[in-house]
Amino acid sequence: MKDDKELQKKLHPAMLEGDHSFASVTDKISDVTLKKRTPFHWFIGFGLAFMVAQLLLFSVMWLLANGIGVWGNNQPVGWAFDIINFVWWIGIGHAGTLISAILLLLNQKWRTSINRFAEAMTLFAVACAAMFPLLHTGRPWLAAYWLFPYPNTMGIWPNFRSPLIWDVFAVSTYATVSALFWYVGLIPDLATLRDRAKNKYFKFVYAALSWGWRGSARHWHRYEITYLILAGLSTPLVLSVHSIVSFDFSVSQVPGWHATIFPPYFVAGAVFAGFAMVLILCIPLRKWYRMQDFITHQHLVYMAKVMLATGLIVVYGYAMEAFFGWYSGAQYELFMVKNRIWEGPYWWSYWLLIFCNGISIQFLWFKRFRESEFWLFVISIIVSVGMWLERFVIIVTSLHRDFLPSSWAMYSPRVWDWTMFIGTIGFFFTLIYLFVRFVPIISIFEVRTLLPEANVHGHQQDFEENVNEVEYTYDRTDPPNE
Amino acid sequence: MESKLHGIMAEFDTPSDLVDAARKVRDAGYTKTDAFSPFPLHEIDEALGIKRSILPYLIFCGGITGLLSGIGLQYFVHVFDWPIIVGGRPHFSLPAFIPPAYELTILFSAFVAVFGMLFLNGLPAPYHPVFNVPRFALATREKFFLIIESKDEKYDYAETRSFMESLAPQEVFDVEE
Repeated sequence: MKDDKELQKKLHPAMLEGDHSFASVTDKISDVTLKKRTPFHWFIGFGLAFMVAQLLLFSVMWLLANGIGVWGNNQPVGWAFDIINFVWWIGIGHAGTLISAILLLLNQKWRTSINRFAEAMTLFAVACAAMFPLLHTGRPWLAAYWLFPYPNTMGIWPNFRSPLIWDVFAVSTYATVSALFWYVGLIPDLATLRDRAKNKYFKFVYAALSWGWRGSARHWHRYEITYLILAGLSTPLVLSVHSIVSFDFSVSQVPGWHATIFPPYFVAGAVFAGFAMVLILCIPLRKWYRMQDFITHQHLVYMAKVMLATGLIVVYGYAMEAFFGWYSGAQYELFMVKNRIWEGPYWWSYWLLIFCNGISIQFLWFKRFRESEFWLFVISIIVSVGMWLERFVIIVTSLHRDFLPSSWAMYSPRVWDWTMFIGTIGFFFTLIYLFVRFVPIISIFEVRTLLPEANVHGHQQDFEENVNEVEYTYDRTDPPNE
Repeated sequence: MESKLHGIMAEFDTPSDLVDAARKVRDAGYTKTDAFSPFPLHEIDEALGIKRSILPYLIFCGGITGLLSGIGLQYFVHVFDWPIIVGGRPHFSLPAFIPPAYELTILFSAFVAVFGMLFLNGLPAPYHPVFNVPRFALATREKFFLIIESKDEKYDYAETRSFMESLAPQEVFDVEE
């Protein structure tokens, strides 16, 4: 057994550290939820987040009482903070789906210990995102017939040729499928909590939520099919969602929006922002809850590399936007590029964006920064700010000066724009804190499969034979026969 | 007493022991069997003779239903119920109708995948006889269990129990109904 462990360590560079067994993995992760005492820092964090969330409640109340005139957006900048924040939040969600679905299909074992809270992050980010377009309608209680095709007494249907209605379908499907995926992943772990809970009320709740899961081989068989197919469905879904979000812009004719590069560039940006948020959550979480055995140093390094790669795609997108503006030869496109980058009043936002998303990530090329938790955290925050600025640049600088100089105007947010945005951040962290308290933050049953004991011995032998071969031939990091 | 039993259960420490035992149980001709593990074991399907589920076909049908509903809904709205020209496009503007139909395909498939899985698994099942074994609580933590149910044709209390004991388990339990 000891040899197995050393072998495993060699093959999987620290996907799982420490000396663990099925029982210790289970106990360590589920204790966070079941332990009687909630750590003090949880109360502080939750309290702060909950207070900030009240700002959202108040802003929404104020908005509904007074109408969207309390916001700064006005013609020609009709879309401002609400759509910036919508796209920002929904983009953040995308890393969760990438980790849970795409990395599963690519058989990347390192997703195992981060998928649970990355998916939770997706759900909460989508919840924050959905609020903005809904409230932007001003009267969200009427939005039901504006957005959803249901037979109403007025005989009105939405226009399916509009990207805005595509958005409704994409985002609501995304929210539903993400919730299903997350919940399916939770069922076996909720059953673990049911069997381990001492408090009878908790036991009852977890029993109800786990639907009587008992780990039967027949159940696992169908479960695995469902899990894999959900991953297969979520992959095109996540790519389509941000593509459709980008259609909101690119299907229009506004210079700076009407570009074919938008869908891939938006998707890469979403994953980029999402990984930054995963790192922001992951770095303190693993420390506070002592989960370094499961979310290892190597995980952070991998995430940093994904962030660098997607960041470079985004930078390529910026370059192409500018190039297309010039290459199109169209007067309005060319003006937009000049206005955005150096001639216009918002030039500073563009250069701040380039600093945040273009320059700051270059440090990730260096091992020193990539391997330092502190710098990763700092860069992730800069990237989150940068991705918000990206949407600001795209939306505001394109709209404020379009075809007709007589209708040019400046845009500036008002206090209610800010309170609502900050409020959603509080709401997001409130949900994250509740999640950390009541649900296992790491997928327990999937981490069990990472242990060497989880290999059935027939396969274990193949595995060892291949390993010897591998050592002499070439350097591989994955056991060839799994 | 024998007639009241749900079956006989054996506990194992490692997945390898469970799979070995499951193979022997299958080879001995038992069919009403089941295994329980704290994580999915791919080898157990073959060892217990579990057939591939029809779930993927159901999911495919769900997807096709979603696609047709998406196209059908948009056709109904824009061609049949309230035809109106927007932006000079034809009533049936298929390219513009693709995104909603695509999303509905995924939505319906996902619903079938999740609820079909739960339905075929017979969940929710708040009560099941296996929960009567106190040690079974460890099936979601670290232990592996194998059961031969009393409705199996070959089942005979004394014989099956001694057969189970011959598989070198940690312990053998009678599971009450």
